[in-house]
Amino acid sequence: MKIKIIVTLKNGVLDPQGKAIQQTLNGMGFPEVNGVRQGKYFDLEIKENDEKKAKVKAEEMCKKLLANLVIEDYKII
Amino acid sequence: MKSSVIIFPGSNCDRDMSVALKKFGFKNKMVWHNDNELPKSDLIVLPGGFSYGDYLRCGSIAGKSKIINSVIKFAQSGGLVLGICNGFQILTETGLLPGVLQQNKYLKFICKNVFVKINNNENKYFKDIKKNILELHIAHNEGNFFCSDAELKSIEDNNQIGVTYCDKNGSSNKESNPNGTIKNIAGILNKEKNILGMMPHPERMIDKYLSGEDGSFFFESLIGNLK
Repeated sequence: MKIKIIVTLKNGVLDPQGKAIQQTLNGMGFPEVNGVRQGKYFDLEIKENDEKKAKVKAEEMCKKLLANLVIEDYKII
Repeated sequence: MKSSVIIFPGSNCDRDMSVALKKFGFKNKMVWHNDNELPKSDLIVLPGGFSYGDYLRCGSIAGKSKIINSVIKFAQSGGLVLGICNGFQILTETGLLPGVLQQNKYLKFICKNVFVKINNNENKYFKDIKKNILELHIAHNEGNFFCSDAELKSIEDNNQIGVTYCDKNGSSNKESNPNGTIKNIAGILNKEKNILGMMPHPERMIDKYLSGEDGSFFFESLIGNLK
């Protein structure tokens, strides 16, 4: 089955790329953009039919490799 | 004294490090990342470079490579482990050192000479070092050290800040901070002081005709303290 994971920087962690993107959007005529946070998206194909089991595995993968919990949060969707 | 330099796919300072170690008297061996066992060593070095192309996060894939389990065991039993640049990033990814190296504040790859100050001499790396302010080279895109406030307090309480960026007179301030790193941190030690990670490259400063010689003070101190 397919598992989707989003990894984002924790609140309060500086995101200079997000800031540069925001400034560019503002400069392009989107003054309404007040903030941008950039993240990562993973699309995993897992050999497992039980959604609950697959998500438990995905959680382990996030903690061990896909996210660095010092600065990042993850969401399994 | 015996040293081992680990080579990951994408390492590019491994041979410079080997030349430097040999120049100051180490018998050095190169170790491939896919090996399981470390040769008998007094010092393990994780060199600079772009291990695994910096995929996912700098140092994250190298931090899960086969040889790393032996490096972790060696470090936890008190062995000296030195990580330079990408090696520092790998050490934080394995959890051997706290914090993380984030992208430089102004989004630029920085390649230049800087001055750094040795903050803590009570360890095998810097004890008896003959010069306290060194001119070393940095070359990185992710050297912006970051950690939580609680971790920073623990790092400071345990005197783990090994090296800080400064100006040529030794004052650490905003102007002498090249990449936005907290507290001008250029290198940190673990609590036990046997593991050191730092962004500057001492191995690039061992020849007065090519660069400068301040890296020599570091290697002289290191091998002198191991004897």
